[in-house]
Amino acid sequence: MNQFKNFTKGFIKENPILVLVLGTCPTLATTSSSLNGMGMGIATTFVLIGSNVVISLLSNVIPDKVRIPAFVVIIASFVTVVDLIMQAYVPGLYEKLGIFIPLIVVNCIVLGRAEAYACKNTVFSSLIDGAGMGLGFTMALGILGAFREIVGSGSLFGHKFIHGDGVLVFILAPGAFLALGYLIALINRIKRT
Amino acid sequence: MEFILIIISAVFINNVVLAQFLGICPFLGVSNKVNTALGMAGAVTFVIVLATMATYLIQVYVLNKLGIAFMQTITFILVIAALVQMVEIILKKVSQPLYQALGIFLPLITTNCAVLGVAILVIKKDYNLIEGVVFGASTAIGFGLALVILAGIREQLELVDIPKGMRGVSISLVIAGILAMAFMGFTGIVK
Repeated sequence: MNQFKNFTKGFIKENPILVLVLGTCPTLATTSSSLNGMGMGIATTFVLIGSNVVISLLSNVIPDKVRIPAFVVIIASFVTVVDLIMQAYVPGLYEKLGIFIPLIVVNCIVLGRAEAYACKNTVFSSLIDGAGMGLGFTMALGILGAFREIVGSGSLFGHKFIHGDGVLVFILAPGAFLALGYLIALINRIKRT
Repeated sequence: MEFILIIISAVFINNVVLAQFLGICPFLGVSNKVNTALGMAGAVTFVIVLATMATYLIQVYVLNKLGIAFMQTITFILVIAALVQMVEIILKKVSQPLYQALGIFLPLITTNCAVLGVAILVIKKDYNLIEGVVFGASTAIGFGLALVILAGIREQLELVDIPKGMRGVSISLVIAGILAMAFMGFTGIVK
């Protein structure tokens, strides 16, 4: 398969959030601002690339029957690495994302790519696949975060450009559900035409 | 009194699904029928209580003792996965009817982030074992409550003419948003 196509399939056609609807928990929880959302996306991308590469390297060694626990251990190791790195270098963001950093382990996207792609393909294709899927995830989180931040507080990336109060509910929990619900509806509408 | 505060706060105010965004996948996946929602809620409660106990004891007596608290994520996910497998095997041998009711939901629970989430939160909040178990059980009840309410609404929705693009996940998320707004009304009951 064409590597470029492999890379870009995660953006729209197989976007993990907007089309496959995987990994909704971190999506809803961390998109209260565009920066938080993208931070979460980048952390997940790192785990995706790392686990995809290692799993495709080891796919011949891991016995088929215990592959899921083996994948989970590999993913959990990368999550621990990300957790410690973020704690050391970006403590502010780490504090905000909180429990959702260790919870990347149970993000269905990561295990999903390992099971559906990395264990059957070459190392390089898996790397591209992980990067593409991760960027698609980051992009969706960024869009959702930007939308909630603009409507909710009239700012983008922390810069306020609309005066007055926003619709506060979009920063709070209900806004996350509403925004993602309508965004998916929009994608469905676009896909049909 | 302290336990009542933990229970009310975990079930209503900081509802695990509608306020903390844990366990959204099963929340959207198995909320088609009230009966399946009840089965899932039962299985989750069972596993969360067991997992909270197991992970708490391991954290205190193994990880802290050995000074390897950074292994938390790896250890907890393995413990939870093993526990779920064990519960499945034991249920199959001991109680056939219970296995029939909960069995199909058990494999799904390993990837339910509410289970791992609660295990980590109990350690973060410095609860003792009993507080942790109460917190776990009430979180699971909160999950069940949200799941059953959404399932009840979705059963009615089958009779409604929804715009094509909104069907499925999209309308469920919008309903969940409105539910979350209703649950926001509980804020301020407990400080």
